[in-house]
Amino acid sequence: MSQTAVEAGQTRSFRALRDHAESGLGLALVAVAILYLLYKAVASPARFFDAFLNGVNNGSLYALIALGYTLVYGIIELINFSHGDLFMLASVLAAFVVVTVFGVTTASVGGVLLVLVGLVIVMVAAASLNVTAERLAYRRLRRAPKLAPLITAVGLSFVYQWGGLRSNGSGQKTWNGIFGDRGFSVGGVKISWATVVVISVTIPLLLVLTWIVQKTRQGKAMRATAQDQDAARLMGIDVDRTIAFTFGLGGAMAGAAGVLWVESIGDTRWDAGFRLGLYAFTAAVLGGIGRLDGAVLGGFLIGIVQSVNDAGVLPFGQKWSQTVVFTILILLMVFKPEGILGRPTTEKV
Amino acid sequence: MASVTSATPAPGTTSRNRLAGKGWPIGFGIAVLLVFSLFEWILPNMSGALPDFFERWLPLTVVNQCLIWAIMAIGLNIVVGYAGLLDLGYVAFWAIGGYTAGWFMSGFFTQVKVNVFGHPAVGQASGFHINFWFVLVIAAAHCALWGVLIGAPTLRLKSDYLALVTLGFGEIIPEFFKNADDLDLPWAHHFDLSHGTRGITPIDAIPTGVFHYLSSGVLQIPAELGPFDDALKFLVYSLVAAFAIFVSLRIREGRLGRAWLAIREDELAASMMGVPLMRTKLAAYAVGAAIGGIGGVCYTSAVGGVAAEDFAFSSSIILLAMVVLGGMGNVWGVLTGALVLQWINGNGLKELGNTITSVTGHDINFPSYNFLIFGAILILMMLFRREGLLPETRTRQVLREPERGELESVGADLEGEPV
Repeated sequence: MSQTAVEAGQTRSFRALRDHAESGLGLALVAVAILYLLYKAVASPARFFDAFLNGVNNGSLYALIALGYTLVYGIIELINFSHGDLFMLASVLAAFVVVTVFGVTTASVGGVLLVLVGLVIVMVAAASLNVTAERLAYRRLRRAPKLAPLITAVGLSFVYQWGGLRSNGSGQKTWNGIFGDRGFSVGGVKISWATVVVISVTIPLLLVLTWIVQKTRQGKAMRATAQDQDAARLMGIDVDRTIAFTFGLGGAMAGAAGVLWVESIGDTRWDAGFRLGLYAFTAAVLGGIGRLDGAVLGGFLIGIVQSVNDAGVLPFGQKWSQTVVFTILILLMVFKPEGILGRPTTEKV
Repeated sequence: MASVTSATPAPGTTSRNRLAGKGWPIGFGIAVLLVFSLFEWILPNMSGALPDFFERWLPLTVVNQCLIWAIMAIGLNIVVGYAGLLDLGYVAFWAIGGYTAGWFMSGFFTQVKVNVFGHPAVGQASGFHINFWFVLVIAAAHCALWGVLIGAPTLRLKSDYLALVTLGFGEIIPEFFKNADDLDLPWAHHFDLSHGTRGITPIDAIPTGVFHYLSSGVLQIPAELGPFDDALKFLVYSLVAAFAIFVSLRIREGRLGRAWLAIREDELAASMMGVPLMRTKLAAYAVGAAIGGIGGVCYTSAVGGVAAEDFAFSSSIILLAMVVLGGMGNVWGVLTGALVLQWINGNGLKELGNTITSVTGHDINFPSYNFLIFGAILILMMLFRREGLLPETRTRQVLREPERGELESVGADLEGEPV
């Protein structure tokens, strides 16, 4: 506080040095992980690439869910704990709409169109649910101590799980995606059509989302609200509407993830949202929470790590997959809470 | 804040002082004795509707379960209510305490044969058989150690990140126990630490020690409490709960407790006043974990076994709902919240559903609404009565106090609640 300019300058250069060292260490760790994976890829390529593609498939879904966390966290610094369960409800609804109502189980032109219609329906439904939750529960608590909205989110996640339990039953239900497990093979590695579909839906969605946030008026309002709500309000931005819109965007992404989940993985469980929500949250933190590109990068990384571990490439095996991902979460939180792409922030007083 | 409170004692301060003072053990003891005599002497000697009513609505096993959950809720209250650190993985300490009991009070480790005042079941000579009362101490120490180990690297995180990390631990530790039936350790291959999903069972009985020799015609006290001595077990769990309440209340009044409250209310201001943040938070974690471990031992002894399936995320949240419903920071509120919610969870909801079904003829499966009810409790309490049903005066003032910056910006926007 009573520093001279010279002292402040020295502190700053020291801090810059430390930042470089820390990010260097993080990059080195990532590099070691990648080298290990490359070594495995060379040692047993077919098994590795199978797991890798599976990971890309899961990673796309994690990225879509992680975007919901990161959008909401970016704008009101709330960990929307119920987001994973919102995804679960979306997957249950997707199975109901696509398989039960539309009856689409085989690949045809009409089938693909109906799946797209289902995608839109589920995205709108999940977005509306998220906006309703914001309006009823979170908006009143925006100025409360931080514990209050977090506990509310936990309560909401219980309510969603109850919804899943009522609509999906206490067991697991398996649905037939339109492509089943058919695919084509390139050089001995089987690529399933479902993975192709997941990627070809995810990438346009990500592009549209980036365009909305970066280029449109509404996106500008979102970024302004994230920086300073009061200043944004003084500039004539409807803060409430902007925050509701952000929740809607996040919900729509979770809805899309739900449809893709049913089409590619194909099973729905009432308690799937909890685990997947945590995976996606880990992904968001891994990339740097609050950053859209970070959520996508983190989603793919977590998806690949999990699949590679599931396939037995890592020395742990499938039963420890959850532990591996949560250990990554804990290590990140402790040593690099700002993530790979994020910048360290000091706490606001 | 503290100076304001002491200068003008708010209404409610007196009642808290009365409860926190020396008077409460007498009231608690009378309540326990009333319940005990009801179930031990009055009900078995009656006939007619009343014993049936209690058998349906409030059997003694449910009362015992309520008490055990109350012990753990009081432990969680120290972390969440006193120190303001949101812990979403408290079930981890429950699991560690439960498995400590499983290891030291059963014939699980067939490699060894240790008996310290233990009461092994027939045909279970091998394994650790340590006296229940000693295991309580061991589990408390074991859990406190784990509380410090988990807390030390994570407690410097912000509140919401901390919640997620504790949640991660709450998932990892039960999963470890689930998978730990086939560990490849450097010194032992295929080492079984937990029996996996089958769990460790049976657990040794609770010994009564010298009280066995005091038993008379009115009250027969066996040397160890078998599966049907629920009334005596009730006394044991009441004693443990009283210990947890005692610890909570005494620490709350002392230097450490005041430091916890200061951190809860404003971490930055507390550190400026010279409160060592890390050490104080770690103490909260350790004490909370120790009480959770004691509760875990009681739970294991009550159900006669320990299995990884018991430790689900929903248990952490139900415990949190107990703390929130009763009133964060107020031991009596938490105790009430825990007793009521566990009764709803265990028996109340089921019987209510059965009654409505038999009266109206509609088949209502009330227990399937469990999640809805607990979720709604959390949401509605946060929206409308953030301080809980039996709030601590101090908590109410803090939770209702608008922040300074927001008071200033109120002129720009008057939406939401009037401040």
